[in-house]
Amino acid sequence: MARAEAPESAPDPTAAAEAAELELPPEIVAQSLGQWFRGWMVRIRSGDSGVLPVILGLVIITLVFEAVSPHNLFLSAGNLVNLFQQSAVIMVLAMAEIFALLLGEIDLSVGYVGAVGGVIAVQLVQPRTTNWPWWAAIIAALLVCAVIGGWQGTLITRLRLPSLIVTLAGLLVFNGLMLILLLLGPFSGYPNLAGLSSNLQVLYKLMWGAIDPIVSWIGMVVVVGLVGFLLWSGDSRRRRSGLVAPPVSLTLMKIALIAIVSVVVVGICNINRANTGVVEGVPWVIPIVLFVFGAWMLLLQRTQFGRYVYAIGGNPEAARRAGIKLAAIRTWCFVLCSLTAGIGGILYASYLGGMSNNVNGGQLVLYAVAAAVIGGTSLFGGRGKVLHGLLGGLVIGGIYNGLYLLSFDVQWTFIVTGFVLLVAATIDSLSRRSATSGSAARV
Amino acid sequence: MAQDTVARAVRDAPVSGESLLKARGIEKHFGPVQALTSVDLDLPAGQITALCGDNGAGKSVLTKCVAGIYQIDHGQFFWEGQPVQIHGPRDASRLGIETVYQDLALADNLDIVQNMFLGRENVRNGFLNEDDMERAASKTLANLRVTTVRSIRQPVASLSGGQRQSVAVAKAVMWNSKLVMLDEPTAALGVVQTNMVLELVRRLRDRGLAVMVISHNLNDVFQVADRIAVLYLGRMVAQDRASAFDRQSVVEYMTTGTSSRGQRVDGEAGTHGAG
Repeated sequence: MARAEAPESAPDPTAAAEAAELELPPEIVAQSLGQWFRGWMVRIRSGDSGVLPVILGLVIITLVFEAVSPHNLFLSAGNLVNLFQQSAVIMVLAMAEIFALLLGEIDLSVGYVGAVGGVIAVQLVQPRTTNWPWWAAIIAALLVCAVIGGWQGTLITRLRLPSLIVTLAGLLVFNGLMLILLLLGPFSGYPNLAGLSSNLQVLYKLMWGAIDPIVSWIGMVVVVGLVGFLLWSGDSRRRRSGLVAPPVSLTLMKIALIAIVSVVVVGICNINRANTGVVEGVPWVIPIVLFVFGAWMLLLQRTQFGRYVYAIGGNPEAARRAGIKLAAIRTWCFVLCSLTAGIGGILYASYLGGMSNNVNGGQLVLYAVAAAVIGGTSLFGGRGKVLHGLLGGLVIGGIYNGLYLLSFDVQWTFIVTGFVLLVAATIDSLSRRSATSGSAARV
Repeated sequence: MAQDTVARAVRDAPVSGESLLKARGIEKHFGPVQALTSVDLDLPAGQITALCGDNGAGKSVLTKCVAGIYQIDHGQFFWEGQPVQIHGPRDASRLGIETVYQDLALADNLDIVQNMFLGRENVRNGFLNEDDMERAASKTLANLRVTTVRSIRQPVASLSGGQRQSVAVAKAVMWNSKLVMLDEPTAALGVVQTNMVLELVRRLRDRGLAVMVISHNLNDVFQVADRIAVLYLGRMVAQDRASAFDRQSVVEYMTTGTSSRGQRVDGEAGTHGAG
């Protein structure tokens, strides 16, 4: 890898320029779209491919399953919405896991912590027992999850126990706690969201309710317009003041891409997907997941807290010397991880229409870690984005959904997902190795 | 003895007439191990002081005492003539003391701007003010004429060793610092990069900063140092203008604590073999 600093090893100026080009993200040096594209290609060839593998994976999954699924069911409106609903829980749990992974830690308990949150929400809204309003139940569930995260985070940061062990213990403890909570009340372990109570229905509709098509379109236009405006005004302000900014055409392409994806998603959701009667509109779960995504992206990319999370993941010693309170930031990451897991758990309860002891939090957490890594988040800390959770969750949901359509049994889902995870981990490891060997050669 | 040193420091300091930082009688022990014994040190503004010494001579301990990482057991620091207490890294940076450690303490996954502002981010309405930070960072780099980086938005992982050192130095000087201490700044660098970093060190001096360079490398020391201070087993055995030393005498001070060729030095310095 020609990464050594130019004056030492590469007297030829063109070779030096090429070496420098290898190291730079294209969006930084490119003045035009052509340059940007060339820089991007160079970077992919040098092993740093960003979200490209997972996007490619999604395309392959889509093409293969569309070709072989009976009656080309895979890309039907009904199935795509179903696919998103199936993926939503994994996506949210993966976004939760990213808080731990960015620190170079892991949280094995997200599945059952989420399940505890789900059970609490479902139990509290039961009209026959507590009959809490839905919003109070959700807040209570999320609070409990946040406290659990704070407890685990404190053990990890103050007592310096390995996160693997603390959260492995958490996986067992909260599996047990979930079973205890399930047995409360007169539901013999199966509290559910069936019934006419509008309070119950709100929780059920998180996953299964849909927004009116007209409102969906209006909402989409507002959101895309706002995001587009912010992107455009930010980039052009930076261009005007001579700061590092992507070329105009790239900004426009980004906005266009967001608009196209939004129109396609809303368009698909607004097709009637029922065999009889009318079921149409964007399911509530889509704006919920996008809200979690947007909030955590802002937190990690645009605030001091987020910057410190990346710094701790990249070089804890540097962060410590910079005066960052490592223990506090780490503990908060585990709080946010468990809180987000709680959101995932409530969505899962909504998906299942209730909670039971069939919930397999152990499998959910493995899917969550797998989704984050497949999306491109590093297991070694410091590298990853919330977006990776979304994309990785879609890959796993796609495999699950596609194999189900082909009437493969669940064992094949496990095997295929396992291999996809191996491929993703290999990509992570290879790009990391080339990065470190590069810097070693440069020292 | 101490008066002697003070008098010499006053004579040596060209502009201010007073050392920016004076350390007098610094003692530090770790349990039974005496790491520093009655060490005097003068760091005048606008001059590069090279701190030399063999492994275990106490260079790092002395640096860390000044940087506030270790608390001194006895002795007194004077900053611009006033007695000061340095109880922690925050005290040191409040005075204007910045240290560039050998491992540089840069986060590879963050870009140059993010590293330079790490821990002191510019925040507006709860969100990072990237535009202002980028402007300030590129101004500092331009002032130091660090122009070899292609973009200040590239991750530090993609920089060469010399560029990383430059970023670490720029990070240290961007906070109106008055004293910059560099721990082995050229230890891991090739010839070209070493020259680049030494040039940067000279530029810091030319901007009026007090600079202390810890180095094993006598080539570097004689290339840049205005003053040389030699530690031997926790004692300051020689401290004077660089022209008062030659390579042989520095090596002798470092390895034995005295110099047989020190007659010429002796007349001016008189501090070797002190304590």
